[in-house]
Amino acid sequence: MKVAAMSRESALRLVGPLLVGVAALLVWQLLCTAYAVPIYLFPKPTDIWSSFAANLPELMRALSVTLIVTLQAFVLAVVVGTAIAFVFNQSRLVEACLFPYAIILQVTPIVAISPLIIILVKDTRVALTMCAAIVALFPIISNTTLGLRSVDPGLINLFKANKASRLQTLARLRIPSALPYFFAGLRISSGLALIGAVVAEFVAGTGGMGSGLAYEILQAGFQLNIPLMFAALGLITAVGIVLFLVMAGISNAAIGSWHESHAEERGPR
Amino acid sequence: MLRNTMKKTAGAGLVSLPLAVVEVKGAQKTFPNGFHALDPVDLTVRSGEFLTLIGPSGCGKSTLLGLMTDLIKPSSGQMRWWGGTFDSTGAAGKRLSIVFQDATLMPWATILANVRLPLDLAKVSRGEANERVRAALAKVGLAGFEDRLPRQLSGGMRMRVSIARALVTEPDLLLMDEPFGALDEFTRNKLDADLLELWRDRKLSIVFVTHSIYEAVFLSTRVVVMAARPGRIARVIDIDAPWPRDEEFRGSPRFAALCSDLSRALKEASEESGGQAAGGER
Ligand SMILES: Nc1ncnc2c1ncn2[C@@H]1O[C@H](COP(=O)(O)OP(=O)(O)OP(=O)(O)O)[C@@H](O)[C@H]1O
Ligand SMILES: [Mg+2]
Repeated sequence: MKVAAMSRESALRLVGPLLVGVAALLVWQLLCTAYAVPIYLFPKPTDIWSSFAANLPELMRALSVTLIVTLQAFVLAVVVGTAIAFVFNQSRLVEACLFPYAIILQVTPIVAISPLIIILVKDTRVALTMCAAIVALFPIISNTTLGLRSVDPGLINLFKANKASRLQTLARLRIPSALPYFFAGLRISSGLALIGAVVAEFVAGTGGMGSGLAYEILQAGFQLNIPLMFAALGLITAVGIVLFLVMAGISNAAIGSWHESHAEERGPR
Repeated sequence: MLRNTMKKTAGAGLVSLPLAVVEVKGAQKTFPNGFHALDPVDLTVRSGEFLTLIGPSGCGKSTLLGLMTDLIKPSSGQMRWWGGTFDSTGAAGKRLSIVFQDATLMPWATILANVRLPLDLAKVSRGEANERVRAALAKVGLAGFEDRLPRQLSGGMRMRVSIARALVTEPDLLLMDEPFGALDEFTRNKLDADLLELWRDRKLSIVFVTHSIYEAVFLSTRVVVMAARPGRIARVIDIDAPWPRDEEFRGSPRFAALCSDLSRALKEASEESGGQAAGGER
């Protein structure tokens, strides 16, 4: 009974948005056809599709470039961000001294620093990865730091009363307690890594070194190839959605059985 | 062992050093924010006794229990455990366990892993630990629930899990802060009876905090009545009703008389408390 209810719920979550999307595409197609909008102003979905099909090899190559930069940056941000959060957690002093700089890193627009990084770092791919990682870093640091601190005080007392060592408390209490926060951070951060990669590519792309999806968009823009612009844009969006879904899946697999954010029907405690 | 040499009645004349489980020697507590929660308290928990702390809300029962578990350090005065410092606890014959007001389970861990925690922290081998966990769960009537998660159990069951976790280390002293406060009367009575059985079987010493006069009378060999503002011991009452105590005892005139004695003592303590007096029940 609960299973049936659950699957109806998840079916709604899948079918609903899909229907809305299809309807929007239909309306778009119909309006463009009805008013005979020129393709160089606003292409129909079918135009975009044929452009996508025609440029498939080129787009896939660009996609792989953007994807690699995004994933590298994401992994880098997760590793570095988690490490920083652990250091912050071990020492209040270090956290107090360094956290403001993490915020500075966060509030400085990546568009503003990426030209500098691209000039300073010779290898463009490395520079792009660094830019994207900087954007993706903060949510990991702040969420993981918060998570490592958000431990049930009762459990802390329990561990203390059982004379748990610092390491035992970290491994058996702080880390599991931090997981929900960490995964929430992952979800935000994966999207930001993609945004960072695309923005940095835009900045670098004019230098002639980039060759990812943003570069495709730039090139298509210069050539007034609007359908290709849309096709590249659609691919970027698709990557973002897939990233989000993968993160949600990992999170669900790791903490779905116990954490409230994944609760099915659950009474008050 | 020592505690076997002593009868379970907490006779006042029996006080002698070796039998002291926990000694509170003039310990007082002023919290860092300047709040004076506890006047100097002198209290000895004797081996094998069932000592209950009762008093108006905010009178420092949890603070006193915190001192006994070393989770709160006294501002002045001294605490002794089996005649030594807290560091000396944990060895055979000197084990203590705590049961908190709420079950305090790790939501991500199975019941088995939750109960096994104290053994894991003490680096007991997995196989032996699992065996002891199963035994402890059976003792609280939760055999077969090993693989559940805490959220899949009722409140009363979660409380029993936390009692099993306290028992799994085979403690000599059990400190319980309103363990059944959130449960319905029926479940509470049942768990009270189970607790008494455990206490008698294992020859435990128990320090128990409650708001319920009935619970205090039913369980205790000795009741410490506390007063508030500042927190202090107002009276100590021996509950010398015979053992074993069962449902019949609850209905007896002796029980009623003891309850009304305690109720009166509690009322006096509330009136002695500074500020507006809070009732015994929340
Ligand atoms: N960490 C703290 N800092 C400051 N004041 C505290 C702290 N902990 C407790 N107090 C205060 O000390 C007093 C005693 O608290 P305690 O928790 O021991 O009361 P209690 O007798 O257990 O009450 P209850 O029956 O409501 O649980 C209260 O007035 C409380 O506000
Ligand atoms: Mg309390």
